[in-house]
Amino acid sequence: MLTITDLHANIDGKEILKGLSLTVKPGEVAAIMGPNGSGKSTLSYVVAGRDGYEVTEGSIVLNGEDILAMDAHERAAKGIFLAFQYPLEIPGVTTMTFLKAAMNAQRKQRGEEELTTPDFIKRVRAAADKLGVSQEMLRRALNVGFSGGEKKRMEVLQMVLLEPKIAILDETDSGLDIDALRIVAEGVNALRSPDRSFLVITHYQRLLDYIVPDSVHVLSAGRIVKSGDKELAHELEKNGYRDYVADAA
Amino acid sequence: MNPRPPAIRTKAETALADSFAHASASLPGGDAVRGLRTRAFDVFHERGLPNRRVEAWHYTDLRNFMREAYPIASGASVAPASGLRVIIHDGVCTLPSCALPVGLKLTAMRDALAGASDDLIHALFPDQGADDAMVAFNAAMARDGVLIEVAPGAQIDATIELSFTSSGDAPHGDISRSLVLVGEGARASIVESHAAPVKVQRNSALIFSIKAEASLSHVFETCADSPELHVSTLIAEVGQDASFSSLAFVSAGEVLRRQAFVRGSGERAKIALRGVSLLKGKQHADTTLVVEHAVPHGESRELFKTILDGEASGVFQGKVVVKPHAQKTDGGMKSQAILLSDDASMYNKPELEIFADDVVCGHGATVGQLDEDQIFYLMARGIPRVQAEGMIIEGFAREVLEFVEDETIRERLGAELSGWLARRAS
Ligand SMILES: Nc1ncnc2c1ncn2[C@@H]1O[C@H](COP(=O)(O)OP(=O)(O)O)[C@@H](O)[C@H]1O
Ligand SMILES: [Mg+2]
Repeated sequence: MLTITDLHANIDGKEILKGLSLTVKPGEVAAIMGPNGSGKSTLSYVVAGRDGYEVTEGSIVLNGEDILAMDAHERAAKGIFLAFQYPLEIPGVTTMTFLKAAMNAQRKQRGEEELTTPDFIKRVRAAADKLGVSQEMLRRALNVGFSGGEKKRMEVLQMVLLEPKIAILDETDSGLDIDALRIVAEGVNALRSPDRSFLVITHYQRLLDYIVPDSVHVLSAGRIVKSGDKELAHELEKNGYRDYVADAA
Repeated sequence: MNPRPPAIRTKAETALADSFAHASASLPGGDAVRGLRTRAFDVFHERGLPNRRVEAWHYTDLRNFMREAYPIASGASVAPASGLRVIIHDGVCTLPSCALPVGLKLTAMRDALAGASDDLIHALFPDQGADDAMVAFNAAMARDGVLIEVAPGAQIDATIELSFTSSGDAPHGDISRSLVLVGEGARASIVESHAAPVKVQRNSALIFSIKAEASLSHVFETCADSPELHVSTLIAEVGQDASFSSLAFVSAGEVLRRQAFVRGSGERAKIALRGVSLLKGKQHADTTLVVEHAVPHGESRELFKTILDGEASGVFQGKVVVKPHAQKTDGGMKSQAILLSDDASMYNKPELEIFADDVVCGHGATVGQLDEDQIFYLMARGIPRVQAEGMIIEGFAREVLEFVEDETIRERLGAELSGWLARRAS
């Protein structure tokens, strides 16, 4: 599904990713854990194609296709989804308008028919109900005045509607209470399938009790320094990142 | 100490002074009006065209923008409109031919001025803005305009359109002064639009007197072919428990100065001034506001959004004055601008002059580029950059357009906004 090889990336002349390699198989849920500042969000931005990062070495291959030359919107249409750690507020643009624009922009790039309004509304209703997103929220400007938990649920709603091949969840658990966490995890789990992968970025092990990963990778100072199964997450919970931070230094 | 500079000195100023000399004897109005016109002309004569040394005009130097004063059109009436539309063509009023809603009276100002009562004269030539040179020139020279009277208690559902147009021959100037009197407890809405097929220098003044418990909403919009130079003055006096809202949508014209002098003169008067300006090329648009709270419990809201592309320049000067007795005034003023190009510029100058101690007044002004974080967020959902930028700009502007109550007008302005963005993207 996704193969990242020896990735080096700079921002503002500062190297943040320093030879990161990672493979996520179809259907796999891979967790990335690491201390603050280790480069987790940077990795998610570089994979999603944010402008401003300079990739100096390495490659990112999605289903056999090198995506590094693609713009963010093209990568999205290819099936990459990033649930933001800090979702942005877009004043004056209603959530419904945004959802429709996003879904149709992707369909257009893939050469698919645009959604009819009834079909679109039906899909949004169904997904919103499951995630406890109210109609009132859908009518409001995107993320404007939403609580932290509402913003995260809105991210998951978008993921459900856009049906990505690989979803990167950047600290989707931060700022969530236990009930919201459970709703978000259920949303993710419902999407798990043999041909959809997840990269779950988290600082804490807690989320992984709800979204049980197939693999766990420790990111420290811009590199994957250890990989293992879900037991690794428990170990990190107990011992912290000390060993790995020391390793990297 | 300060030797007074000779006021009238440019070619344009001389031409304007000459035009008054030629026209004054034939301008409508009795002795009282004639006296007011002469005094107003003296104000203009003393000051000359506003220039950068006049603080309120610092960023819109008319001496520079108006190198040449086009001859002022003599004007003639045109075919009346069938809907509720008053046409001001070359400064001359043509009333609509349709039956008017009950409680609404329209009169050409040239007719109203003949035998005008003291009250009418007082309302048409208020003290607000009177020492501004362009307002003074308008007072001196305006031959016509429209008098709109809404009877006390009348609820006029239909929007009254004021359509400013001009003849298509040669470059010219046009001047008009209109007055809207809204009686106690009455309600009405007005939309003014400005077209000009040739190079036109327009000086239009619209004066509102809104009595107690009345409500008036006003929309100003430019047309695809707007005047080359337009000084648009809005003067309003808002009575007790009355409300006045005005919204400007500016997307055309080369040089536009909109100035508003609004006074809350009755307790609990509500004032809302808003605007969206979409500027590109070498367009220059200046919004200058003076909002005065003279009595307690007044409320005012100002929200202006400016989007600038190319080499366009924008100006926002907003002054909120709270007089000593105007306790419990609630004022909030905001001007936000987005620069889409490195060559565009915006001058923001919000000011508060507060002489009462128990008030809540705030202001904020921002100028910035489009937010890359927002753009990336939309792109990460599959939306191409240009479309993402368009959505963000559109959302930014729509926050203002949402305040337009008339759905037809709101949708029209929304479509103009989308069209402007689509042209930018193509
Ligand atoms: N625009 C930037 N310019 C310079 N350094 C940056 C920039 N963005 C992030 N960084 C640095 O990159 C490192 C990794 O940041 P980030 O990817 O956000 O870490 P994490 O998500 O793991 O907490 C941090 O040291 C951070 O300060
Ligand atoms: Mg992070």
